[in-house]
Amino acid sequence: MNTMSQTLAASTLLVIALAPLVGAIVAGVFGTAFGGNRIGRRVSHSLTIAGVALSFVLSASVLWDVVMHGARFNDTIYHWMQVGGLKMEVGFLVDGLTAMMMCVVTFVSLMVHVYTIGYMHDDDGYNRFFAYISLFTFSMLMLVMSNNLLQLFFGWEAVGLVSYLLIGFWFNKPTAIFANMKAFLVNRVGDFGFILGIGLIYAYAGTLNYTEIFALSGELAREGFPGTDWMLITVICICLFIGAMGKSAQFPLHVWLPDSMEGPTPISALIHAATMVTAGIFMVARMSPLFELSDTALNFVLVIGAITALFMGFLGIIQNDIKRVVAYSTLSQLGYMTVALGASAYSVAVFHLMTHAFFKALLFLAAGSVIMGVHHNQDIRWMGGLRKYMPITWITALLGSLALIGTPLFAGFYSKDSIIEAVHFSNLPGAGFAYFAVLAGVFVTAFYSFRMYFLVFHGKERFDQNPDAHHGDPHGHGHPDAHPHESPWVVTVPLVLLAIPSVLIGFITIGPMLFGDFFKDAIFVDAAAHPAMAELASIFHGPMAMATHALTTAPFWLALAGVVAAYYMYMVNPALPAAIKRNLMPVYTLLENKYYMDWFNENVLARATRGLGTALWKGGDQGLIDGVLVNGSWKVVGWMASIVRRLQSGFLYHYALSMILGVFVLMTYFVWRS
Amino acid sequence: MTLTLGHFLSLGAILFALSVIGIFLNRKNLIILLMAIELMLLAVNMNFVAFSYYLGDMRGQIFVFFILTVAAAESAIGLAILVQLFRNKSNINVDELNSLKG
Repeated sequence: MNTMSQTLAASTLLVIALAPLVGAIVAGVFGTAFGGNRIGRRVSHSLTIAGVALSFVLSASVLWDVVMHGARFNDTIYHWMQVGGLKMEVGFLVDGLTAMMMCVVTFVSLMVHVYTIGYMHDDDGYNRFFAYISLFTFSMLMLVMSNNLLQLFFGWEAVGLVSYLLIGFWFNKPTAIFANMKAFLVNRVGDFGFILGIGLIYAYAGTLNYTEIFALSGELAREGFPGTDWMLITVICICLFIGAMGKSAQFPLHVWLPDSMEGPTPISALIHAATMVTAGIFMVARMSPLFELSDTALNFVLVIGAITALFMGFLGIIQNDIKRVVAYSTLSQLGYMTVALGASAYSVAVFHLMTHAFFKALLFLAAGSVIMGVHHNQDIRWMGGLRKYMPITWITALLGSLALIGTPLFAGFYSKDSIIEAVHFSNLPGAGFAYFAVLAGVFVTAFYSFRMYFLVFHGKERFDQNPDAHHGDPHGHGHPDAHPHESPWVVTVPLVLLAIPSVLIGFITIGPMLFGDFFKDAIFVDAAAHPAMAELASIFHGPMAMATHALTTAPFWLALAGVVAAYYMYMVNPALPAAIKRNLMPVYTLLENKYYMDWFNENVLARATRGLGTALWKGGDQGLIDGVLVNGSWKVVGWMASIVRRLQSGFLYHYALSMILGVFVLMTYFVWRS
Repeated sequence: MTLTLGHFLSLGAILFALSVIGIFLNRKNLIILLMAIELMLLAVNMNFVAFSYYLGDMRGQIFVFFILTVAAAESAIGLAILVQLFRNKSNINVDELNSLKG
């Protein structure tokens, strides 16, 4: 890999990673009661924003060097420790994939930082919030810039920790605490698989460094998993992917993501839509040389992604909480990315990751702006007609929605259509199902996106009819039935800045990212075994041709049908959804209960786990260890002593008798024996 | 009737049995207990002497002297303890001396 024409400076990369950490530490220590509230809100947000802005500027310059001069960096920065042959190091690997991720992470993070000034304006935990999101930026950068699995795992866990802290940011809300615990526990399940995968790689390759692992991938592919007839590489890849399933909320480990909407909206945008949840996608793309070796693992990835893409989309249709609609949309889009990974179109997955980061962050921030505008009501049934009160939010949300449903020329179009085509060309056994799922998903996506859009921004103004408006509004700025208002500039500027890439980025970057050599040394595709990407390239004739060609293909008409259906149901004939709901009650109930996944988890898995825990606690700990071993031993001694004690009567003749009886017994024994 | 070894051993056994019974049955006087122990030792001595005579080995009789010496010393100590006991408890009744326990 060292054929690069230019090497990046290690100091630049260190500054990129550490600047947000410094901001987080200062704001977190001195801006909170922990360090005596020494700095105020203005210093906190200025400092953290400056840190992230510095990171973003340097990341952009790194991306420029990578694109223009082919610059690369792959080296160890710091030797942490060595245990036997296991080297634990901190190092950076910067190539196209990493540089792109760094820019996306720092840009979205910067937008969210600025937005937070407006959104968290009245919150007591203002400084704490800035500390957390800066810490998150640091963790995410460590994750994407890593050149070894250990550092990747560090970043992986650190972003999980910050996610936990931020979901439970309002720690007085019981639902938030429940949600952050749920997120943490579900992620533990995924991480268990991930660390098993890392352990297997270390056990067989003897190293955690990416480059060294990939160099040994040929040998790994020839090994079998001991005791079974599975291929080792399949087991490794599935274990790693289970980690990705937890972090990227793939079925059946998706249950934590909708609940994570209990956190403040900016983090829903940053962590639970744009960056952290895409860590799993990034990791699989980074591990592409391993995944390419196992068709079984790819098929598994493909099917899981397809299930997530379609079935999580259905759930978005019936949600009434504005953030939950966007959350299910995120799940569905993560499913699309996973499908692309399964179809060996890693670059398409990462491309969709990037476009999705922009438009989904935009949608979430727009949703947050709407929530502020209608005085912290999140129920879309009590919105409507917000277009004229919140024009900037309206137009940016419309652009975001159009990008999401894949309108030609918008960013989402290029990535989503490429995924669908890649699945179409995939030769894996699960590709047929996946192709159906992603096509149907287009309709569903368009339907729920525009259902939300119409309910929020168009139609009758219902915001003064909310039965819950008079209570449960802790912020209470303004009268409950006051008109909605546009958000301050710190909120609208990030919306506009995110809307620009949501519209343009796909058109500009599809050529170099998917079919150029941007990812040439980062992502490896075995074109002979998985020709999807090559066939995709053969039909690509520039972004403009792709957009015009799309007008004749199914996804476009499906998306249009979705929009029209949403328009008809929620604008023209609002009685229709209720009628459909009445007639399809079993389906509605199934969706309402999210396929009973939560029920299953709580009543079967959690209960069984708790039962096992109780059994081990009562039976193993209290019964065996405490009862039998610890208390049992003293009880036996005490019981024996209480019997033996009676022999010690104190009377001399009793002792004498026992002595003599003893003599007799011994004598009898000796006599009989001889 | 000639005296055989059996007669002597029987005498020793009878003496021993008497002393054992004396130890058990005696619930009154500690002095009787000491005397019973003496008797037990004498029964053993009787066996030693009898065996010594019939086997023609003088070592048995030498051993008897040792036992007699020890028995005398033991009696002296026993009586000394007895005197002390009486001083403390005003009583040498075996049934009431049950403090020999934990």
